Amino acid sequence: MSDTLFDDGSEQDDIQEDVMTPAELIAKLEEAWLNEKFSPELLESRSEVVECVMEQLTHMEANLQRVKKGDAKASVHRMEIDRIRFVLSSYLRSRLQKIEKFFPHVLEREKSRGDSYPSLLSPEEFAFAKEYHANTESYLKAVALKRMPPNLQTVDMLKAVPEPCLDSFVFLRVKERQENILVEPETDDQREYVVDLEEGSQHLMRYRTIAPLVSSGAVQLI
Amino acid sequence: MFCEKALELIRELHRMNDGQLPTFNEDGLRQVLQEMEALYEQNQNDVNEAKSEGRTDLIPSIKLRHCCLLRNQRCLTAYLYDRLLRIRALRWEYGSVLPANVRFQMCAEELQWFSQYKKSLAIFMRSLGGGEGLDITQDMKPPKSLYIEVRCLKDHGEFEIDDGTVILLKKNSQHFLPRWKCEQLIRQGVLEHVMS
Repeated sequence: MSDTLFDDGSEQDDIQEDVMTPAELIAKLEEAWLNEKFSPELLESRSEVVECVMEQLTHMEANLQRVKKGDAKASVHRMEIDRIRFVLSSYLRSRLQKIEKFFPHVLEREKSRGDSYPSLLSPEEFAFAKEYHANTESYLKAVALKRMPPNLQTVDMLKAVPEPCLDSFVFLRVKERQENILVEPETDDQREYVVDLEEGSQHLMRYRTIAPLVSSGAVQLI
Repeated sequence: MFCEKALELIRELHRMNDGQLPTFNEDGLRQVLQEMEALYEQNQNDVNEAKSEGRTDLIPSIKLRHCCLLRNQRCLTAYLYDRLLRIRALRWEYGSVLPANVRFQMCAEELQWFSQYKKSLAIFMRSLGGGEGLDITQDMKPPKSLYIEVRCLKDHGEFEIDDGTVILLKKNSQHFLPRWKCEQLIRQGVLEHVMS
């Protein structure tokens, strides 16, 4: 990536507490994108990354306008912008799909998380999720439920809509060395199965086991 | 046999497992609701009789009817919800204006749901990046090449590309154009991506 296209000077420093180079920002976006794509459940909201990337794209578009028309560099920069926009759109789509698919559970998780825990949904996603829930419920009522016997006019969404399968297997790469990860707990038939995860190694494991490591950034889903 | 009609609705959707939307089965829905009403009434009567005359022999039939009622409710909500998922997919494939032949398959309440859904989606997309907005229904595939071969499906007049040149989009003409410029027109059906 040519640095001239990202040359917007001081503005970036005001946005985040710790200054990130554009390359680091895009790397963070790609990590968040892959994690979200391969995780069976909705992950924490990364609105800061989304906002910064969108600002970055705006700057890149503006810089591109200044490049001499017909210059070969322009098409390469154009490609870069399109790639980043694709990753960002794909990331947001992944999240939206999971929000829609698991909407009662997502809303429940967000409602019941403590203040000290990071947000699962951005404010806009939260509004979308609530609207989706209300829309679907009022649809079901209007088209069928209100014409059913009195004791059957409600449906418990939390029971009716399936939960994400946290036991599905995922591929991961270890970024920070982990010791004594409990793969199988001790039962009457088997001893507890514990592994150490070496930095740089790749594994195929049940998501449930390594979920906390994904949110801490210790592993990357691939 | 109870719940037959409800199961038929499910089978109807199961047969079209490529995501197509069959016509809304208004008749089928009504029949299931009628069956539920009849079952409920019978149960009300039996429950009263069981209570007032101590007829405990009625309890198994009451339980059976209750199970049928629950099954009917479950089948109906599954039928309706699965249709909603197919309708949702239509927004992402066709855009916010549905072709008439698709709208014809939907009942009034489904059209209402769709209208509300696309409104929520639009509000969400507009709010991205602190109000800047991003249309995430675009860029569905990773950009593979800068330029693509396209054929014009209908007359669209003059079209200017970034370096200033103007192309005349006449029906059946073929052009080698920047991909990002063509995406919108391809979705609208004006251009067709020619893949050799």
